[in-house]
Amino acid sequence: MSLTEAFRQRTTPQLQLGNRFRALPRSAKWSLSALLIAALYLTPYWPDVPVLGWIINTPGTSFENVLTDQIMMFILVALGLNVVVGFAGLLDLGYVGFYAVGAYTTAVVTSGQFTLPWIAALPLSVIMAMIAGVILGTPTLRLRGDYLAIVTLGFGEIIRITANNSNWLGGPRGISKIARPPSFGPLQFGVLNAKPYWYLGFTVILIVIFVLTRLENSRVGRAWAAVREDEDAAELMGVDTFKFKLWAFAIGAAIGGLAGCLYASKVGFINPDNFQLQLSILFLAAVVLGGTGSMYGVIMGGFLVAWIPERFRGFSTRRYFVFGVVLVLVMVFRPQGIIPRRGAAAGIAKKGESDV
Amino acid sequence: MSDVLLSVDQVTMQFGGVTALDNVSLHINKGEILGLIGPNGAGKTTCFNVITGVYAPTSGTVTFDDKSLLGLKRFQITKRGIARTFQNIRLFPDMSAVENVMVGVDAHSKTSVVGAILGIPRSRREETESRERAHELLKFIGIDEYAEVAARNLPYGHQRRLEIARALGTNPKLLCLDEPAAGFNPAEKQELNELILKIRDQGYTVLLIEHDMNVVMKISDRIAVLDFGRKIAEGLPQEIRNNPDVVAAYLGVPDDAA
Amino acid sequence: MSHWLIYRTFWDLTVSGIVLGLIYALVALGYTMVYGVLRLINFAHSEIFMVGTFGVLISLTKVFGISLFDDGQYPYRSGFVLVAILVCSIIAAMVVSGAGAIVLERTAYRPLRGAGDAYGAVVLAFLTGLIASFLFSDHIMTNLAIAAVITGPVSFGYVRIFRRGRQAPRLAFLISAIGSSMAMAEAVATWGPEQRSVYTTPRVLEKKVLFNFLGADVRIDYVIVAIGAILMMTSLLLFVNRTRLGRGIRAVAQDAETARILGVNVNSVILVTFLLGGAMAGGAAMMFTLVYDQTRFNIGFLLGVKSFTAAVLGGIGNIKGALFGGIVLGLAENYGSSIFGGQWKDVIAFVVLLTVLMFRPTGILGESLGKARV
Repeated sequence: MSLTEAFRQRTTPQLQLGNRFRALPRSAKWSLSALLIAALYLTPYWPDVPVLGWIINTPGTSFENVLTDQIMMFILVALGLNVVVGFAGLLDLGYVGFYAVGAYTTAVVTSGQFTLPWIAALPLSVIMAMIAGVILGTPTLRLRGDYLAIVTLGFGEIIRITANNSNWLGGPRGISKIARPPSFGPLQFGVLNAKPYWYLGFTVILIVIFVLTRLENSRVGRAWAAVREDEDAAELMGVDTFKFKLWAFAIGAAIGGLAGCLYASKVGFINPDNFQLQLSILFLAAVVLGGTGSMYGVIMGGFLVAWIPERFRGFSTRRYFVFGVVLVLVMVFRPQGIIPRRGAAAGIAKKGESDV
Repeated sequence: MSDVLLSVDQVTMQFGGVTALDNVSLHINKGEILGLIGPNGAGKTTCFNVITGVYAPTSGTVTFDDKSLLGLKRFQITKRGIARTFQNIRLFPDMSAVENVMVGVDAHSKTSVVGAILGIPRSRREETESRERAHELLKFIGIDEYAEVAARNLPYGHQRRLEIARALGTNPKLLCLDEPAAGFNPAEKQELNELILKIRDQGYTVLLIEHDMNVVMKISDRIAVLDFGRKIAEGLPQEIRNNPDVVAAYLGVPDDAA
Repeated sequence: MSHWLIYRTFWDLTVSGIVLGLIYALVALGYTMVYGVLRLINFAHSEIFMVGTFGVLISLTKVFGISLFDDGQYPYRSGFVLVAILVCSIIAAMVVSGAGAIVLERTAYRPLRGAGDAYGAVVLAFLTGLIASFLFSDHIMTNLAIAAVITGPVSFGYVRIFRRGRQAPRLAFLISAIGSSMAMAEAVATWGPEQRSVYTTPRVLEKKVLFNFLGADVRIDYVIVAIGAILMMTSLLLFVNRTRLGRGIRAVAQDAETARILGVNVNSVILVTFLLGGAMAGGAAMMFTLVYDQTRFNIGFLLGVKSFTAAVLGGIGNIKGALFGGIVLGLAENYGSSIFGGQWKDVIAFVVLLTVLMFRPTGILGESLGKARV
C-alpha cells in the first residue's frame, strides 16, 4: 500500500478538521480559541440568541440551572471518567463513589460544627476522592477487565449505603446548608443567579482540559494508551502497568471529587439518593456516547446526557425509555461515539476484544 | 565479569500436568547470536516467557548480567535489559509507529506523573529526546517514512520490523526475537538476516527463535535445540546440522529403527 | 422480608439463606453462561428476570383470572389446580424471559458483533419509530401506529447497514446492554398499570410449614424453590454436558474461532445460550414471586447485581460456580444482616466479593481470566 494511502486511512472528517486547525498560523489559532472560550463563558446567555436559543433552551426549567446543576458536573465527570475508561482502558462502573466522596467532604467540612471555608473544602474534597481512588485501586487493579467492573460497581454502592447508614454523614436525610463559593466583586454566589457558578465551573473545566491534554501528550498518556491497547505487551516493553493504572484511577477520582465539590456547593444540600448506581451508568454512557478516549468527545457526551432529558421534557415520563433506546441505537450504528478518539474512527475492535 | 550475559539454570516449567520445560540449562554470551530451534511444541516460546518474566519457573533460576531475575516483575526485567518481540505480532494497533517505539524508549524515562502534569523542563526535554530516539530507531530499521502511520495499517513486514524497533527502544542488552521471519519470502528473510547482523554489530546480544534453517544457520553464532521441553543439543551451527538427535527430532525416527 | 427485628436462629437464617441463594444462583446462570460464551456482562439480564415476574403476574391474574383477595382472604388453591397453576406460571415465566432474552440478543448484541440480521433490524426500526412518534403524540395507540408505519422502510435501511458487519469495541456492548436494561425497565414503569409502584402477585400457595429443621421453620414454598432450582440446574448441566448443542456452547466458550472453523454455528450457539439463561431467569422469577408475592419495574436491578456478584464469586463462566456462588451469597447476606443489621444487607454482597477476589481472583471454583496470555 502506498504511503499516502496508509496515511489517509488514519484521517476522518474530525481529524481533518483538527489538522486544518493545527495548520493555521499561530495568531489565528489563538484568536479562534479565545473567541470560542469567550463564547462558551457566555453560555448562560445562549437561550437569548435567536436560532441557537430555541435549539438549546430547556422548556420547563431554567437553562442556567440545568447548566450549573447538571451539565457542568457531567462534563467534568465525563472528563475524569475518560481518564480511567478512555485513556487507561479500565472499566469503572462505580465512578459515582468518587463524586459522592467529593460532595460529602465538602458538605461535612463546611456545614458541621467545625467549619472550614469553602476555599479549603475544595482541595480537601479532591484529596479525599483521590485517597478513595487509591484505596479502591490498590487491591483491585490487579484484576482483569470485567472483574474490575463489578468490583468498582460495588464500591459506588458501598459509599452510598454507608452515607445512608451513618448519622455523621446525615443518614438518609443528608446534609444541608453547604457553603457556597466565596463571593467577591461582581461574582455573587447566591441562590438566585446561577451564572457565577458557571464562570467558576467553566474555569475549572478549562484547567482540567489543560492538565489532561498535557498528560495525554506525555509519557504518561502513552503508557496509558499502551496499557489500553495491549496490557501484557506494554508490561513487557517496560511499562509499570500497575503504577500507571493506579494513577489513572487517582486522577480520575480527583476530578470526580472536584465535580462533587462543585455540585454540593451549587445545590446546597445532598443526600444519598443523589448518588445512586444509575448515575454511574449515566456517567459511563456519557463517555462512551461521546467517544471513549477523546476529550472533546466526552465533553460533548457529558453535555448531551445531561441536556437531552431536560430539553425533551416533553417526553415526560418516557424520557429514560427514550434514553435507553438511544443508547442502544448509537452503539449499534456508531459504537465509536460521536467524536471518536483518533485511531478508533473505524470502530474496529482491538486484539483480545473480539472473542466471537 | 564473565562473558556470559544470560544463564538459564535447570529450569523446569510445569503447567498443571504438562511439563513444558524439563531441566533446561543454557547460556548466552555477550555479543553473540544464539539460535533456539526445535520442532513445534518443543518449548521455545515457553523458554522465552520464562526469561522475560511472563512465567515464573516451577524450579530453576535465570541469571542475567550476574544477577538473578527471580521474583522481578516483567517491566523490571525489561528495565534490566531484556526486550522481546512476539510470535504473533503484538504492536499497539491504534498508535503510530513512532509512538509504539516511544513507549519502548519511555521504559527508561525519569519523568514522573507529577512532573508530566506540571510540565517541568525535564519532562519536556525527555519528550523531545524520546521522539528523536524513536525516529533514529525507525531509520535504523528502515521504516521512518511510516512514522506517523497507525501500526495496524502498516504492511506485514513493516509491522515485524516495527516490533524490533520498539524492543530496541527499551535499550536492551539482550534482544529476544520470537520467529521474526514468519511469513517472509526469501528476499525479505535475507533483509532480516542483514538487519539482525547489523543489530549484533551495534553491540546487542540476540536470542533468536526461528523455524527457517536458512535464517538460523546463517546468522547464529551458536545454536541450542529443544525437543519435548528438553535441551537435546547445543553448539556451533555445523555441529548441530550434523547432530543425529537433532535430525531425529525434526524428521522423526524411521519405523524399522525403533 | 421484614424479619430482621426478630431474633433468628442460625438454622432459620441458613434455610432462608439457601432459598435466597438458589434464586440468586438461577439468575447467576444467565450471567455466567453469556459471559462464558461472549465475554460480555449482560447488564440487561436483570430485566429479563423482571419481565419473567410480570409473566407470572399476567398468567395468574389474566389467564387464570385469580384476584388478589377472595373476600378478604388469600386466594389459596390446592390439589391438582394448585399444581397446574404453579406449573403454568413457571412455564409462562420461562417463555417470557426466554423470548425476551432472544429478542435482546438479536437486537442489542448481534448487530455489534457484525452479525446483525433482519429480526434485529425490525425491532430496532420499530423502536426508532416509537421514539420518533413521541415527538408528535402522547397517546400510546398513535405512537404504536406511527411506529408500525415507520418500521417497514427503516428496517430495510438498517439491514443494509448491518451488512457491513463490523465488530464493535467491547465497551459498546456494555453500553448497549445498559441501554437495553434501562429501556426495558422504563417501558414497564411508563406503560404498566402500576407504573413505578409495587405490584402484588396473588398468593395461591398457602405457605404452610412442612417441618421443622433444628429450630428452623421449613415452609412449603422453600421446598418448592429448592426442588425446582435443583431440577432446573441439573437439567442445564445435563444439557451442556451431554447434548450436541451443549458441546457447542462449551466449545465456543473456550475458543470461538476454532469452534467456528470446526463447523459450529456460533450464532446459533449464542442464541441458545441466551435462551437457556433466560429460561433459568424465568424459573427464578416464578420462584421469587412465589416467596415474596410481589414485583415492580426495578426489581431486577439489585437482584441482578447480586446475582452477577454470585457468578463472579463462583468463577465466571462456571455453571457449578453459579450455584455455589449464589448459595454462599444468600447465606452471607443473611448471616451478615443478623450480625451487622439489616440496613447493611446490600453492602455485604460486595464486601464478600471484594474479599474473595483479593485472595482468589479467579473466583472460588475458578476460571482463569486473570492470567496473561502471551
